[in-house]
Amino acid sequence: MTESMEVLKEGIASGRLKTDELVLNMGPQHPSTHGVLRLELVLDGEIVVKVIPQMGYLHRCFEKHAENMTYPQVVPYTDRMDYLAGMNNNHGYVLAVERLMGIEVPEKVEYIRVIMAELQRIASHLVAIGTFGMDIGAFTPFLYCFRDREYILDIFERTCGARLLYNYMWVGGLSHDIYDGFLRDVADFIKKFRPTVVEVNNLLNYNKIFVERTANVGVLPRDVAVSYGCSGPMLRGSGVDWDLRRDDPYSIYDRFDWKVCVGDGSAGTLGDCWDRHMVRVWEMEESCKIIEQALESFPAEGDIASAIPKRIRPAKGEIYTRVENPRGELGYYLVADGSANPFRLKVRGPSFVNLSVIDEISRGHLIADLVAILGSIDIVLGEVDR
Amino acid sequence: MESLLQSLLGDNLLTVVLYCALPLVFILLYALLAILGEVKISAWMQDRLGPMRTGPWGIIQPIADVFKLLQKEDITPAKADKVLFNLAPFLSFMSAYAAFAVIPFSSQYVGADLNLGLFYLLAISSLNVAAIIMAGWASHNKYSLYGSMRAVAQIVSYEVPAAMVLVIIVMFVGSLNLQDIITAQSGPIWNWMVFGGPKQDVVLASGEVLSASWANLIFLPFFMASFVMYYIAGLAETNRTPFDIPEAESELVSGYHTEYSGMKFAMFFMSEYANMFLVSAVVAVLFFGGWNSPFGVYLGDAFGAPWLVAVEQFGWLAIKGLFFVFVMIWVRWTLPRLRVDQLMYMSWKVLIPFSFGIALVVGFLVVIL
Repeated sequence: MTESMEVLKEGIASGRLKTDELVLNMGPQHPSTHGVLRLELVLDGEIVVKVIPQMGYLHRCFEKHAENMTYPQVVPYTDRMDYLAGMNNNHGYVLAVERLMGIEVPEKVEYIRVIMAELQRIASHLVAIGTFGMDIGAFTPFLYCFRDREYILDIFERTCGARLLYNYMWVGGLSHDIYDGFLRDVADFIKKFRPTVVEVNNLLNYNKIFVERTANVGVLPRDVAVSYGCSGPMLRGSGVDWDLRRDDPYSIYDRFDWKVCVGDGSAGTLGDCWDRHMVRVWEMEESCKIIEQALESFPAEGDIASAIPKRIRPAKGEIYTRVENPRGELGYYLVADGSANPFRLKVRGPSFVNLSVIDEISRGHLIADLVAILGSIDIVLGEVDR
Repeated sequence: MESLLQSLLGDNLLTVVLYCALPLVFILLYALLAILGEVKISAWMQDRLGPMRTGPWGIIQPIADVFKLLQKEDITPAKADKVLFNLAPFLSFMSAYAAFAVIPFSSQYVGADLNLGLFYLLAISSLNVAAIIMAGWASHNKYSLYGSMRAVAQIVSYEVPAAMVLVIIVMFVGSLNLQDIITAQSGPIWNWMVFGGPKQDVVLASGEVLSASWANLIFLPFFMASFVMYYIAGLAETNRTPFDIPEAESELVSGYHTEYSGMKFAMFFMSEYANMFLVSAVVAVLFFGGWNSPFGVYLGDAFGAPWLVAVEQFGWLAIKGLFFVFVMIWVRWTLPRLRVDQLMYMSWKVLIPFSFGIALVVGFLVVIL
């Protein structure tokens, strides 16, 4: 045995025996690339040597489209970027236009927007948690997560008629007022939702196999996370205490009492897949807290359409607005030239930026770990490609 | 022992054909039941309904699935090695089917009453490895190749602890014949191996006497541990979660059978399900009394009807086997998947040392008791 190994080694060293790296094409029809991402993997056996993400399979020229449409017409297109977080996308864009035009929206609108954005955050994190479990091989928690996401989508549907692409937040207001019983439904949802978190914790998050699979895998150190411009749970999972809702407050987030969840490396190393995953789990509880406080102080009176301008034609100028998407910092850079269409709309997509770090953190891991890492980054291809 | 079929039909060709065909009929019927079980149990665990449209509560869904697979185009990839590619699914199913030959379905029926039954079982079920590597290599697909490499590494690793556990039981009973192992556990439930084996002398199927006493209770913890180890190794050998690494959907799409379609895929599928029952049946035979009734008595004896005894015994084995299949399904829909290196760690650094240790202790105890 050892003799033959010697022969092998000698053969490789002398160049008579050639070993080669294997290039494996993963995607765009692969079940765990979360859409149409294609990864070119260079593999040494099962070990990942290099990852080259290839994207563009879902590119729809959103930014160019936006230049040919009036400001309100852009809103439905923002839904289609991060299609798991339509409300948050709407929110960022309308904030940008409102700031550009100096519009003050009524209190009630702000409350509804925050409740919707936080519900959407929970829904989005549920998908992230469920699919991450599925990447690790646990199928059942995925369906528990989707069951609860369904309650949120029902609330959205009753409010604005749509379950995925809402076009709900308009410049200066909202498309529909809330329906009778909305507040009760949301409160009911929170009551129903909290036991699910416990259930998923028991079934998945603290499962020995799951922890073994995710702890110490894909460690993203603090400085690397910052230098790559990661944001959202990716950044917080690495121990950076940074959340735009608190550090660059927009809307009415400064009125609520909640805490920013940060990874603590309690299962393995700080910044591993488990940390990123658990930040999402913990954040859902914080979102619940925000929603509960918003429900308590919800203004009884208010007209959701009072601040919607008749004519949306911002004066010449430019603005960069950023909001905390479920996946991180979603930034809109908007240049107005005084006409009815944006002159330029540039989007900083959190998934796109977060994805760029994958090569750095998955080198030297196994293929199975790469899948776990990709799942923990939680990309939405609609927004990577835009 | 003169078996029931031989006494009914005489010693002719028909009997031989019937003997061969019975396990096949059983596998086919069981596979339909297991497929339905898989979808319905997973639905029940996941808070959904499962198939509901085909027949009442979707109970003829598996038959619809079979017809769907029959109609599918039978694709052989252009660059595949055609001979190996087409042979692999049949070899895979053959190994599972051939292993059923030594499974005693009752005291009256066993396909081949081999004295080296357990040895044959180990040998023939290892043929599956060859089928998997053939499928993976011949598909000319990198994912298939990875899947088959993993499968082979996994199955070969887990055969070692599984074989060690068999050795433990063989040392205790003193026979490799499965009927012997089962008759050693005849009588009430506490005579089962998992509870320490027989508590009084028993006459084995081969006519030898196995002397035993209540002192055998000392074996209880060791056999209990052996049972758990064998079941874990069995899960790994059948590529079931948490050891479904060769066909890890999220990494390798479907592993070695990625390129297969239609009935060839169905063959792999059937062989997986047949293997599941095989492992479960072996667990039942080795540790849970095989076809023995847990009460130690049979209705058929009361009525003086040997055929009824045979049916009852078959029923007990099927119930025990199906229960362990159910546990496999249960585990599959509960646990995440291990990683390749963790799987190897589990086999080589946990199961193998433990099984060797237990074999040592049991061997020592068998000698002094």
